[in-house]
Amino acid sequence: MKYAYSFLAVIALILIAWLGSQIPGMQYFFGVAVPYLAIMVFLGGFVYRVVYWAKSPVPFSIQTSCGQAKSLDFIKPNRLECPTTNAEVVARMALEVLTFRSLFRNTKSEIYDGPKITYESSKWLWLFGLMFHYSFLIIVIRHLRLFLNPVPEAIAWLDWADSMFEIGTPAMYMTDAGLLIGLLFLFTRRLFNRQVRFLSLLNDYFPLVLLFAIGVTGVLMRMFLRDGVDINAIKQLAVGLATFSPVISTDIGAIFYIHLFLVCILLIYFPFSKLMHLAGVFLSPTRNMRNNSREVRHINPWNPDIKPHSYAGYEDEFREYMVEAGIPVEKEPTPQKDEA
Amino acid sequence: MAVAKLEQLSQSVVQGPSLATGAIPTKDWMDIPVVFKPGNYAFPAKKDKVEYLNSQSGLHFPNARDWSPEDDDWQLPENWKEIIINGLRERLEKFRSLKIFMDCCVRCGACADKCHFFLGTGDPKNMPVLRAELLRSVYRNDFTLAGKVLGRLAGAREVTPEVIKEWFMYSYQCTECRRCSAFCPYGIDTAEVTIVIRELLHLLGIGINWILEPVSNSNRTGNHMGLQPHTFKDNVEFLADDIENLTGVRINPTFNRKGAEVLFITPSADVFAEPGLYTAMGYLILFEHIGLDYTWSTYASEGGNFGLFTNNESMKKLNAKMYAEAKRLGVKWILGGECGHMWRVVHQYMDTMNGPADFLEVPKSPITGTVFHNAASTKMTHISEFTADLFKHNKIKVDKSRNDYLNVTFHDSCNPARAMGLLEEPRYVLKHVVNNYHEMPENTIREQTFCCGSGTGLNTDEIMELRMRSGLPRANAVKYVEEKHGVNMLSCVCAIDRATLTSLMSYWNPNVGVCGISELVGNAIVLDGENRAELDEGLRTLL
Repeated sequence: MKYAYSFLAVIALILIAWLGSQIPGMQYFFGVAVPYLAIMVFLGGFVYRVVYWAKSPVPFSIQTSCGQAKSLDFIKPNRLECPTTNAEVVARMALEVLTFRSLFRNTKSEIYDGPKITYESSKWLWLFGLMFHYSFLIIVIRHLRLFLNPVPEAIAWLDWADSMFEIGTPAMYMTDAGLLIGLLFLFTRRLFNRQVRFLSLLNDYFPLVLLFAIGVTGVLMRMFLRDGVDINAIKQLAVGLATFSPVISTDIGAIFYIHLFLVCILLIYFPFSKLMHLAGVFLSPTRNMRNNSREVRHINPWNPDIKPHSYAGYEDEFREYMVEAGIPVEKEPTPQKDEA
Repeated sequence: MAVAKLEQLSQSVVQGPSLATGAIPTKDWMDIPVVFKPGNYAFPAKKDKVEYLNSQSGLHFPNARDWSPEDDDWQLPENWKEIIINGLRERLEKFRSLKIFMDCCVRCGACADKCHFFLGTGDPKNMPVLRAELLRSVYRNDFTLAGKVLGRLAGAREVTPEVIKEWFMYSYQCTECRRCSAFCPYGIDTAEVTIVIRELLHLLGIGINWILEPVSNSNRTGNHMGLQPHTFKDNVEFLADDIENLTGVRINPTFNRKGAEVLFITPSADVFAEPGLYTAMGYLILFEHIGLDYTWSTYASEGGNFGLFTNNESMKKLNAKMYAEAKRLGVKWILGGECGHMWRVVHQYMDTMNGPADFLEVPKSPITGTVFHNAASTKMTHISEFTADLFKHNKIKVDKSRNDYLNVTFHDSCNPARAMGLLEEPRYVLKHVVNNYHEMPENTIREQTFCCGSGTGLNTDEIMELRMRSGLPRANAVKYVEEKHGVNMLSCVCAIDRATLTSLMSYWNPNVGVCGISELVGNAIVLDGENRAELDEGLRTLL
C-alpha cells in the first residue's frame, strides 16, 4: 500500500503539472514562481536543518572504531578505520562519503538447521547505491549547462564523456541509465527483501518514485518527445532564472513542465525528509570524531556538576570493618567508652 | 523461568515464525502490541533501590513503586506524556548524535541482520533500524513538520502507554554493542538510541533491578557486587592463598595504600566468582612477577559502570570514584583490568565527565619505561596494553607449555573492539602465552565481533532463553572453531563476558570453557622461587 500511495502521489503531481501548464498564463507559475519557491525552500530548509543539528553539542567522544587504534609503537594502527588525527578523519570521511565504505562491509546472514548461521558478503546494495548516487551527481552537474552561458568547458567535457558511447540519437547518457537502473534496484529491493519491506515507510518509496519519474521525464524529453520541446526556449528560461530575469516563451512542451515541477517538488521535499542524509553523513559523530579520547580531553559544554558518593561518607559507614580488616583509614575510630 | 531444551531452541531459531527465517508478519509493526510474559522481560527495579538512588545528590530516579511489566497499568506519573516529550526535547538539545540519528536514517536495512538479538529471536522489532523507529516515530510526531502534517503516513505516531511498554521491551533487548553502527552508511549507532530510550524510561520510574541494584551497590559500597571493604579484601586474599597453594609463592596485595605508584581497578566480579577469579589470580601473579608498586582500592573497587546502562548522570557519579580515589591515594596513574563497557566509559567518557586528571602523571611503565602516550590525558592504561608492552621488552618469564592443555580462541568484546580499537594487544599477549590458537570466522571477530548477548545489564537469569538466543551468533562461531580446530577455551577481556559466555557455552557448546587473557598469562608465568606441581588445569587445578 505504501508504494501504491507513492505512485498515486507522483501521478497526481504529474497531472497537476501537465494540466496546469496548459492553462494560459500558468506557464509563468510553473516555469518561474514554483522554481523560485522551490529553490528558496530547499536552501532555507537545508540551512535550517543543518543549523538545527549544529545547535546541539557533541557531549561525548563516541567514535565507532572499526580497526586497530593507535596505542603501542609495535602495534600497527589502522588509520582509516580508527583515525586519531584530523587528516585521518578526513580520509575516513572521504572513504565513507565517496565510496560508501561502511555499506561495502555489508553481509547477508542466513540461518540453517543445526542451527548454523552464515554471513556471506553482499555488495549489491553498495553497488547499485553507488551507481545511483554518482549518476545523480553527474546529472545534476550536467544540468548546469542549461543555466550557464557560455557553458564552461568542464561541463561540456562531462557532457561529452557521459554520452561517449553514442548509443541512439541523440546519444544516450550513461548516467541516465545508471540513475534509472539504480532506482529500479532500490525500489524492487524494498519490495522483495523481506526485512526491508517490513520496515519501509511511505517516506522511503515516495522519493524513489519521484526520482524515477524525474529521470523518465528527462529521458523522454531528450530521446523521444524532442519535437514538442524547444531546447532554446528552455535554455533561455534557465539562464533567465539564474540571472533573475526569467523569460517565458509559450512553446515549451508540457513534458518540460512536468519534469521541472517534479524537480521542484523534490527540492521542496528534500529538507524535510530522510534525503537530508546528504548533509547528515558529514556530521555523524561516530564517523567524524578522532579516536584519541584518552590522549586529548573532549569537552562537554553541559557537563553536570555531580560528585561521587564521597570517600569520607564511605569510610564513615565502614570504618570499623576497615580498621578490623587492617585497611588504612583517614580518621581513627573514636574509642568506645565502657558502659561501666 | 525454565530455559527451553537445546533441541527445541535449536529448531525454534531456524523454523520459528520470524523475519530472520522468512515469515513476514501480516500486520504493520505499529499494530503489533507487546505482550509481557514470564521469561521475556527482566524484573523491574525494587522500590527501595530506586528510592535510595533518587536520594543521592545529582541523581534523578523518580516514581519508585512496586510494579510488574505484566500489569496493565504501569502506574506512570500523571503527566507522563509531558515528561517524555520534554525529556526527549532536552536530549535532542543535548546530543547532536540523537538529532542526526533521528533524521538521517534511510531505512536501507543494512543493519537489519547484523543484530544478534534479531538473529536469535527473529523479532522484527529487534532489527536495529526498527528499534530506532520505535523512538523515531514519536520524534516525527512531535518534532518534525512532516510528522505533524502527515501523521502515520509519514511514519509518525503519538506516544501512548503501549509505546512506552514497547520501548521497555526492546531497549532491554539491545546490548548497546554497536555492531550495527559499524555497518551503517551514516554511522547511526543504536547504542545512542537505546541509551536515550532507557534514560527516558527512568524518568517514569521504569528500570530493571539487575541494573539499578548494581548501580546502588556501586554507589554505596564501591562495587556492584555490594562487597564491603573487609569482604573485598578477604576475597582478594583468598585468591592469594590459592596462588600460594598452587605455586608456593606468597603474594601480599595491599589495599587503599597511599603512595603506591599505580592504582589498579578491575570489575569486582573478578574477585567474586568463577571464572573471573582466575583472571584476578592472573593479575596478582603478573604484578608480583614484575614487582609492580600498586594498590587495590575498596572504595573504587568497581571497574564496571552500570550507570552507563541507566543515564549519563549515574555513569558520571559512579565513574568519579576512580579519579577521586587516585587523587586521595596520591598514585601516579591508573591501571585498568579486563572489562568491556568499563573501557568504553574510561576511553570515551571518563576524562570528559570527570577530568582533567591533572593530579596524575602520564602512565609510564615502571618496568619498561614505556610512556603510554595514547592515555596522556585520561591517565589510565588497559591491562592488555600494559602486558603487551612487557612482553615486547621480554620482561615476563613464561612457560607457554603450561597452557598446552588448552586450545584457545579470542572473543573481541564489543566495547574494546568498537569503542576503543583494542584488537591487537590481547592477541599479542595471547601469542606469547599459548601455543594453540585459532581465530573464529572473520565476520564474527574484531570490529564485526558478536556480543555475548547479555551485556548492558541483561545477564539476569529470568531472561535466560532470550540470552541464549541473542548469544547464538557468538556461540555458533565458537562451535565452528571447536569442530574445526578442537578449540576448548574461549578467551576474552571482559568481566561480563566471563560470566555470560560461561552460561552461553554450557548451553550451546558445553565442552568450551571461558577465561580472561590474564588467567592465561598468570598460568604461564614462571615465578621466582616457585614450587609448582603439575597443574593439569592451570590455575583452575584443585589440589
